[in-house]
Amino acid sequence: MSGNSIRDTFFEECEELLEALVEGLSSMEQDPDDMDVVNAVFRAVHSIKGGAGAFALDRLVSFAHTFETVMDKVRSQELKVTEALMHLFHRSGDQLADLVEAARDDREPNAESEAAILKELDSYLGEADKDDSFSFDAVTLDFGAAPADPDLADDATETEAALRLFHIRFKPSPALYANGHEPLLLFDALAELGDLRAAADLSGLPDFDAFDPNDAVIAWTLQLETSEPETVLHEIFEFVESLCDLDIREDDGDAQPPLSVVPPDDEGIAPPPPSPVRDGPAPGAEILDPRADSQRGEARGPRPTLRVDLERVDRLINTVGELIINQAMISQRIEELDLPAVAHLTNELEAYKLLARDIQEGVMAIRAQPVKPLFQRMSRIVREAAEATGKKARLVTVGDSTEVDKTVIERLADPLTHMVRNAVDHGLEKADVRAAAGKERVGTIRLSASHRSGSVFIEIGDDGAGLNRARILEKAIEKGLVLPEAELSESEIDNLLFLPGFSTASEVSNLSGRGVGMDVVKNAVAALGGRVSIASTPGSGTTFTIVLPLTLAVMDGFVISVADQTMVIPIASIIETIRPSQRDLHAVGTKGVVILVRGAYVPVVDVAFNLGLAATRKEAGEGVLLLVSTESQGLTALRVEAIHDQRQVVIKSLESNYAAIPGVSAATILGDGKIALILDPEEVVKLQPAAPYFPAITPPKLELHHA
Amino acid sequence: MLDANEGPTEAQFEFITFSAGNQSFCLEIMQIREIRRWTPVTKLPHTPDDVLGVMNLRGAVIPIFDLSARFGLGVTADNERNVVIVAAAGGTTIGLLVESVSEILSVAKSSIQETPDMKSDAARQAILGVISVGESMVRVVNLDAVLDQEGGAAA
Repeated sequence: MSGNSIRDTFFEECEELLEALVEGLSSMEQDPDDMDVVNAVFRAVHSIKGGAGAFALDRLVSFAHTFETVMDKVRSQELKVTEALMHLFHRSGDQLADLVEAARDDREPNAESEAAILKELDSYLGEADKDDSFSFDAVTLDFGAAPADPDLADDATETEAALRLFHIRFKPSPALYANGHEPLLLFDALAELGDLRAAADLSGLPDFDAFDPNDAVIAWTLQLETSEPETVLHEIFEFVESLCDLDIREDDGDAQPPLSVVPPDDEGIAPPPPSPVRDGPAPGAEILDPRADSQRGEARGPRPTLRVDLERVDRLINTVGELIINQAMISQRIEELDLPAVAHLTNELEAYKLLARDIQEGVMAIRAQPVKPLFQRMSRIVREAAEATGKKARLVTVGDSTEVDKTVIERLADPLTHMVRNAVDHGLEKADVRAAAGKERVGTIRLSASHRSGSVFIEIGDDGAGLNRARILEKAIEKGLVLPEAELSESEIDNLLFLPGFSTASEVSNLSGRGVGMDVVKNAVAALGGRVSIASTPGSGTTFTIVLPLTLAVMDGFVISVADQTMVIPIASIIETIRPSQRDLHAVGTKGVVILVRGAYVPVVDVAFNLGLAATRKEAGEGVLLLVSTESQGLTALRVEAIHDQRQVVIKSLESNYAAIPGVSAATILGDGKIALILDPEEVVKLQPAAPYFPAITPPKLELHHA
Repeated sequence: MLDANEGPTEAQFEFITFSAGNQSFCLEIMQIREIRRWTPVTKLPHTPDDVLGVMNLRGAVIPIFDLSARFGLGVTADNERNVVIVAAAGGTTIGLLVESVSEILSVAKSSIQETPDMKSDAARQAILGVISVGESMVRVVNLDAVLDQEGGAAA
């Protein structure tokens, strides 16, 4: 059992490492000489290898080893980063991700691509490296302290064996001990690299009276004579670097004061010797190796995080939802009491309200996650799609740190993958065509995420040729989706893409055109309470925009009344509200009614009647009309009795205890403790009144009485 | 301590008895979460007559059924004594509107008789058995059947 959970932890860590790897590789692309990035990539691969070794995942280990060895050559600047090499690194990263996934699910990985990449990687290695027989036998589960990694010795053979003297100053912080690290182990690891001399600097020790056993006051100065490169030293401190002051520098021959050699002490319990003189490097000699310095900065590492069972978070979110409702109820009750204006109570109540909102926002933020991992996955999709179609493409991401609800991110992965593939396959032109059009040969896919007015906007843009509207229309007619004589506006033509069973690729590539159409994308987005739109400019590209709600747990809605019942309608679905005037309303047929909205006739739907809550339809001129855009009949005006308020409501499922009800998406609890139904405009429009005497599928009709 | 009562004597079952549609029913006490006074509910569109609507039970949205109407015994008339029995079965929580709650009944398993063959289908399906109490007869409600029916009605 516990073995499994450690394994799970390993794979979770792998995911993070792979993210770091992908990120590192894309920064490498921009600046291949940035050693920090190269080191970060190396470390990611190395850590995966280390963990995989502990679980005897041999294939993963051996692939990671080869990858790492090539990476190391770049690190030691034996290899120059070329475009081809970069490409290989990307593919190796993908392959590594596949291997990790295969290992996790206990599947057989794709041996073919693995062998191909391995071969290419090998071609970058000299003979010596190839013969370098690889063994991995350090089964160390303690990733935290991994002191001596035998393959670090491998690294040594690749560099020249000149002995060098390093001065190391190491001052642990209390957190280092708190995390269970042991300086002695680190020193042991250093000692394995060469001749180590260590001296404890006890000058930090306070008076005995003021001594705090939890504080870390002892520092060490170490001298190491070794043939290892400096990076190896840093690797030993890799896991504690953020927990201590570390200064490693190479002795470049100038005279350092000889150290008073004292055997390394373990904890700070040694008697304080009278040593007022600091033994460390003289302050004047602060010529730091720039590499060491920057590494130190980078090694601060990710901020500490906490892994929590998602269920617990959801439970918390539910409870906080109750709290908000409870707060609204208390406010309302107190108002009802009609107390004399007791300022205190009002103030406290207001404070309570703000606190409750704060807690809610905080809790929602737990579920919110940056879109970065999702976007990073897309870079692979772009790469693969470009390869499969023989086009050149790169991915540019904007707003990686935009946070979106976890569920949204999960459910967006498939539609986004599809859209990105489409963008490469259908959107971008071939390199030659691009060049002929005076564009850069490499096409750009732009993924951006942003928060705007309470919604999340995700845009997938390409700088391709734009939609070929003539072709789309032709195809739609050919497939019988549109009548040949139909007159369609540009945006109507664009939206044909979202019709089920539509594919425009003239030649069916093995990439898209597999029957999964944009309609699937649209439905997936709609299921998340969002919508998709297209904007396309011939010659300069197409952009799809997905607009999503920030969270799935609360929603902004209009509080309306329908047949004397209070209901809520999502604001996102409402385009505008209209107070109808008699002269804009027109009868169609015997019972239908339409309203003139800026020159267009829009059918009017009586919500109460469609929900079966009213036996007859209201007078045409009564109530308020909410203009919504629906899939089934385009623009529609929903008639409700009145709009009362606009507020944020907590969404409660009806299905958990009862069943789905047509026209109603969920329920919420209002300030007075009553339940209000949340309407689904799309479904309300589709609902045919219970009585079967309307044969036609025309918009519901209305008796019109002219005054 | 409890064990002393078992063995020779039979396990006792506890029921809460109530009346709906002028008939006496009961539910096993373990299925009942609480008993509340009737408060107006939010009506649901496109639902049968026996579904009164939904109610807020400490943040959960639970459907309220008119038990009498569900058993085909007519719609329960508005009355101050009407109560809602909140019961849970199979992970769902529902409320049942009844005319009044009477008492707690403690009976041995053997005194629960099988449902006599009756003509009213709806009622027979929803009753697990009957218990004779003094001169009256109490019907044991099969909550699962009520729920199943509910699923069917909603589909």
